[in-house]
This record gives sequence, C-alpha cells and structure tokens, in this order.
Amino acid sequence: MAAKKKQVTLHVPSAPFRPGDKASFAPFENEPGDLPRPDPVKCTAAETTDHAYGLVRVLDSNGKASGPWNPELAPDELREGLEHMVRMRIFDDRMMKMQRTGKLSFYMRSLGEEAVAVAQTMALETQDWIFPSYRQPGAQFVRGRDMVSMINHCIGNEEDNVKGRQMPVHYTYRDGRYISVSSPVGTQFSQAVGVAMASQYKALDECCITWIGDGSSAEGDYHYALNFASVFKPPVILNIVNNQWAISTHANLASGNPTFAARGLAYNVPSMRVDGNDFLALYSVTKWARERAASGEGATHIEVLTYRAGAHSSSDDPSRYRPEDEHQAWPGGDPVDRLVQHLVSIGEWSDEQQKELEERIDGEIMAAYKEAVTYGDLANGPYPSADTIFTEVYEEVPWHLQEQWDEMKKWSSD
Amino acid sequence: MIDLSEMNIVQAVNSALDIMLENDPDVIFFGEDAGYFGGVFRTSDGLQEKHGAHRVFDTPLSEGGIAAITFGMGINGLRPVAEIQFADYIFPAYDQIVNEIAKVRHRSGGEFWCPVTIRTPAGGGIRGGHHHSQSPESQFTHTAGIKVVYTSTPYNSKGLLISAIESNDPVVVFEPKRCYRGPFYGDPHNVPTWKDHPEAEVPEAHYTVPLGEARLAMEGTDCTVISWGAMVHVSEQAIKDSGVSCDLIDLQTLVPWDKEVIVKSIEKTGRCVIVHEAPKTSGFGAEMAASVQERCFYHLEAPIERVTGWDTPFPHTTEWDYMPSPARIADAIKRIIEE
Ligand SMILES: Cc1ncc(C[n+]2csc(CCOP(=O)(O)OP(=O)(O)O)c2C)c(N)n1
Ligand SMILES: [Mg+2]
Repeated sequence: MAAKKKQVTLHVPSAPFRPGDKASFAPFENEPGDLPRPDPVKCTAAETTDHAYGLVRVLDSNGKASGPWNPELAPDELREGLEHMVRMRIFDDRMMKMQRTGKLSFYMRSLGEEAVAVAQTMALETQDWIFPSYRQPGAQFVRGRDMVSMINHCIGNEEDNVKGRQMPVHYTYRDGRYISVSSPVGTQFSQAVGVAMASQYKALDECCITWIGDGSSAEGDYHYALNFASVFKPPVILNIVNNQWAISTHANLASGNPTFAARGLAYNVPSMRVDGNDFLALYSVTKWARERAASGEGATHIEVLTYRAGAHSSSDDPSRYRPEDEHQAWPGGDPVDRLVQHLVSIGEWSDEQQKELEERIDGEIMAAYKEAVTYGDLANGPYPSADTIFTEVYEEVPWHLQEQWDEMKKWSSD
Repeated sequence: MIDLSEMNIVQAVNSALDIMLENDPDVIFFGEDAGYFGGVFRTSDGLQEKHGAHRVFDTPLSEGGIAAITFGMGINGLRPVAEIQFADYIFPAYDQIVNEIAKVRHRSGGEFWCPVTIRTPAGGGIRGGHHHSQSPESQFTHTAGIKVVYTSTPYNSKGLLISAIESNDPVVVFEPKRCYRGPFYGDPHNVPTWKDHPEAEVPEAHYTVPLGEARLAMEGTDCTVISWGAMVHVSEQAIKDSGVSCDLIDLQTLVPWDKEVIVKSIEKTGRCVIVHEAPKTSGFGAEMAASVQERCFYHLEAPIERVTGWDTPFPHTTEWDYMPSPARIADAIKRIIEE
C-alpha cells in the first residue's frame, strides 16, 4: 500500500455564498469596446481567446451602447425585444400563480434570463431551428406562438398539443421550428449538432441554435456536441447558459475552469463569453455566430453569463442554499431594466410607456389564461383522453398495444 | 430493549446513511444536490454538516461520471454510495453500471470488485410525466453481477440499504418516491402519512434486512400476489377490496429473488398474480411468471396473471390510467379464483 500523504481530505468546492453570507461579486472586468469583433468567416478559435476569457458587452452600466459589437438595432427592434421579455416575465408570474392553485403540476420560470432566448432567437432567420432546454420558452414568443396554446400545454388540458404527456414547460412548437423539450438535461445539445448536420447535408440555408445549462454541461452530451461540431463543422450555435446555479449546486462544481467558454477553445471551436443580461451584446454575438454558420465555417460556442434570479422550479426553495438577495448583487443587473434604461437614454422609451406595456401585456395574458382554462386544467379537467397513452407510441399501433389499449378502456375514468 | 422511532422512508434512508457513515470511514455518499442541500427529496439532509464535505458531497451533474467514479473508488478500497436523483436519469450511467461495475469481479478473475451502492428514487404517482416516473428495475435485473433491490416501507428501506452498503457486490436500490412520506393505496386523493403504520416503526440503531429475502406482507390461503415498490401497498388495498384470502409477497430483492418464500406460498395457494408498475413486456413480472411456472407447475390451479403498467411511455395528466389500480388488481385476483 502506498504511504499516506499529508493531505487526506478530498477537495470539494463550495458555493461562494451560502445562506447568511453577504453576497458580493467583483464587477465585470471588460467594458464595452474592449474586445474586437473578428471577421466571422475568417476567425479561428485562437483569435477568440480573449473573448472566451473576457466578456463581450455592448451596454455599459449607464445603458449606453458602444463598441464594435453594437448591433445598431433600430428602436422598433429594441422595443420588440423588450415586449417579448416583458411578456415572458409576466407570463411566468401568471403560470407560477396558477401552479400554486393546482392548475399546473409544476412550473419553471426564466426570471432574470429573459434576454437569452429572446435576443438570440431574434438574431436568427425564421428557418433556423431552435433546440431549447426548459429555460428558453421565450423563443416561442419571437416565433409568434399563441399564448393560449402555450398555457394549454402547461395546464395539461384537452387542447394541449402534446396531449398531456409531458410535464409543463416541455413545449413542442413545430410551426416555429422549436423542437420538443425533453427532461433529461443536456440531450438536446448533441442532438442539435445532428440537426445542423442534416441541414448541411441537404445544403439548406438554415442553422440550429441550442442551449445547455452550466450544471448540465457536466453531462457527456456537452462534450459530444463540441467534439462532433469541431470535426464536422455543421451550422450550429452551441450556447452554455451559465446562470451560476444548477438547482442547489453552484457552477464551480460543474467545471474546474471558471470560464465555460474557454472549454470550447480546446475543441478548436471559436468561443465567446457574453453578458447574458445585455440584450444588445447577446443579439450581436448570435448574429456573428449565424454568419459563421451560413458561410460554412461551422459551429460557435457561446457562454451566456447570467444569473438564475428565481427558484429552480416551483418545487425548489433557494433560501436553503443561497443568500436570498444574492441576485441583487449580480453585476449584470436585470435584463429588462437594462434594456429599458437604454431605450430611455436614447429617447425612445419612457417610464409611462413601460407601464402601459406591462398593463397591456398583463391584460393579454389574463385573456389568454381565461380562454385556456375553458378547455380544462390539471386541477379540474377535462384532460386529454386516456387513449392518448397509446397513440403515437409507434407510427401504427401494434397488436400487443391494441390489446392493452382495449384493456385500459375497461378501467379508465374517461 | 430496542429504541424504535416512527420514520418515513426519507428519514429511514437518512438514518441508514448516517449509521454507515458513522460506522465505516470508507463509506462516502454523493450525488447531484445530495451534499449541502441534502438531496432534492431531503434523504441526506444534515449529513454533510455532520460527517463533513469530504464524505457527503455534491457532484457535477453527470450520472455517467458519478457511476464511473463510484467504480474507481470501489475497486480502490472505498465503499461509496451514490444517489441518482431520479431513476429516469440513471441511463447516462447505464454503461458504467452494466458493462463495468457489474462485470469487474468476473472479468478480473476476482482480483477486483466493486462494493458500491447506487440508490435512486423510482416510480410514478407524482405527476412526473415521462422522465420522473419510470421504474427501470428490469433493465438492471437483466444484467449479471449486480444485485437489485426495490424497497417499499421505512423499515425495509433502512434495513435493505444497510445490507446493500455492507455487501461486497454492487447493488442498485430503487426507492418508491411516491411512498417517501406515506404509503400509496392507489387513490391519488388519499394521501396518508406513515404515522401508525407498523412498517414505520424503525429501530434507531443498525439492523439489516438481508438481501435476497422477501417479506410476507399479508397472509392468506387462496392466491399469492407478488409485488414490489409502491405497488405492494396498492396490492394490499386490492386484496382487501377483492375479499379473497391472499398471501402478499413484497419481493424486496429482485436479484437474487427469494425462491423459498415464493415456492412455499404458491404451493399453498395454487394461484399467482404479479403486480408491477413498469411496462409489461420484459418486465420482471415475466421472469417471475416463468419461474413460478417452472417450479410450481403441478401446484397451479389457474393461469398466472400479470397486472402492470402499459407498454407505453409514462404519461403526465393521465397517470392514474397508466398505473395498476386496486380495481384492476382485484379483478385479476377474482378472475383466477373463479378459474
Ligand atoms: C440527466 C438528468 N439528470 C438530472 C436531472 C434533474 N435536474 C433537472 S434540472 C437540473 C439542474 C440543471 O441545472 P443547469 O444545467 O445549470 O440549468 P438551469 O436549471 O440552471 O437552467 C437537474 C439536476 C435531469 N433533469 N436530467
Ligand atoms: Mg444553471
């Protein structure tokens, strides 16, 4: 047996702050304008080293946009982005309230991360595929999904397009090229590479965007994705949303490297780290990645740096594992507030307009909610028929399932 | 005088882990959110504080990685216990468990072995949809080299977990998450706690429920009902509803299963119903039915019945039409009694 060394304790990282601690984060090191915008077509992975270790920003702390990454969006586009983000936030609040009354079994908000799905989807073309995790439902607003149908899914009523089969927030929206969400975390990340390889094979002008969480990036799928993407160079945009937490587990347990973006460099995939609460920076970096994809240069790896401001889900109580006000200390602030601040500062928005917007959207969501519950909800029914257990398991129902289906009908409460 | 406490399954599992961490410095426990937070089901609540972060810790979110380090620690002198947050998420670990952990003793000519335990909440009834509801036990019973346990009560959850940890073979332990805080009798609106249940009287100290032994949960004369996990309680309700005098066998360990108890019971009753919530095709009920037929053919007075989940994904809103209900089970019992 080898002799014992002095240090006998396993190294187990802890979260920087736990309940009772005062959370404080260092301010972001980079200012807008610090990092160049390389030519997306000619850019090598090595040229993105500073971007992977630094932070791409456009909005400064006063809401002023500057630097080579400024996408110079028209005020209408900015207001459109703001509207989707506000819609996401109020929609989440409404669903969470419904969850508390039993109308949904479960819910997950995107609070504090609304810019991610909205800005990144707006930066794409409508033919591009969206392969989300459960924290990017906002992409559906950009793609025009009707809120009533989103609520129908969440409350598992007769009109749920996935027929009550999946838990809430596991949306499917083929018309918006938004691919079905699956619970096992991370699986979409490597699958997205396959989606993009099919587009590449068929020589179509489309790309696939996907997201994985900081925690989930410890799954094999994250590494499969980067490796296949680096070998085959398909048009895929691989985002890792570092919102600091995976349920109760801090990001420093997901990786020993404090910048997730840097991991992409080792796969020879150009990699960027971007302020995920900065709508403009997110939009711009995604546009850049899309240009690379369209030119046949392949994948881009993006770490979206943000903070999960809410609980992991309706089943979670973060006060057990992090300071309650930790998100207020986050140097990235709040994505909605920051876009409002920017629009106000360029004279294209006002507090009154913001208030009106919120009231209008709240009204829309209430109306959608009232309509959706007329088709039933989890607490009161009616649900999709129990027949939906047996349909679409296979293209056609094999005899043994038919027998079981007939048996089920004898017992079903339908 | 044994000190008894009323415990639910969460507390019973916690107590087993606590005792084993206390008794054996080579025991360590880890999993996703299982350290500081104490697990999403709270089964390791307080254990990190008590035993230290080097013995009870959070892992990266990587079931394949968890199983792999469990293997490595196991062959190098530790006795690790890993939690997989939901049984549905054991599949990224499947290769490590089935091809590596299960086979290392055999493939190395007995030079290496893996005294590891992997425990995981399984089964439906919590509105978990496709991926928080499955019972994948038969995907492990089909693998030589691992023992497979499915608990049902606070008493057996603690005693079986201690046996699993002390075993020098790898053991996968499924815990019925629907029953963590109370037994489940098949009526979703009836949510009892474990209070006053005889199987919730749990010794505070170390004890074992041996691997390979079934539990006779009810005794009768005319039919044998074999079940495991949450379905044990649903079967109990069904037996009462049917009015038929039945033996109810809680299998507890699926591999190796308890031949004596089952053969003896069937020789007495001549009839057998097998109940599990996993799908029917290639479910462990198929193994039970074939084995009963092989061993007890001349004692059987009626065909063996299986009442199981359907051969479909596990649904979300319609889960009560998926899981075997007391009515379906009682019907099967009555049907074979009339044969
Ligand atoms: C394979 C698998 N293991 C475990 C889980 C349980 N689980 C659901 S979400 C989650 C944390 C994910 O954290 P992260 O990837 O950081 O995403 P975030 O929730 O922060 O968006 C865990 C452990 C799961 N869904 N799938
Ligand atoms: Mg996260």
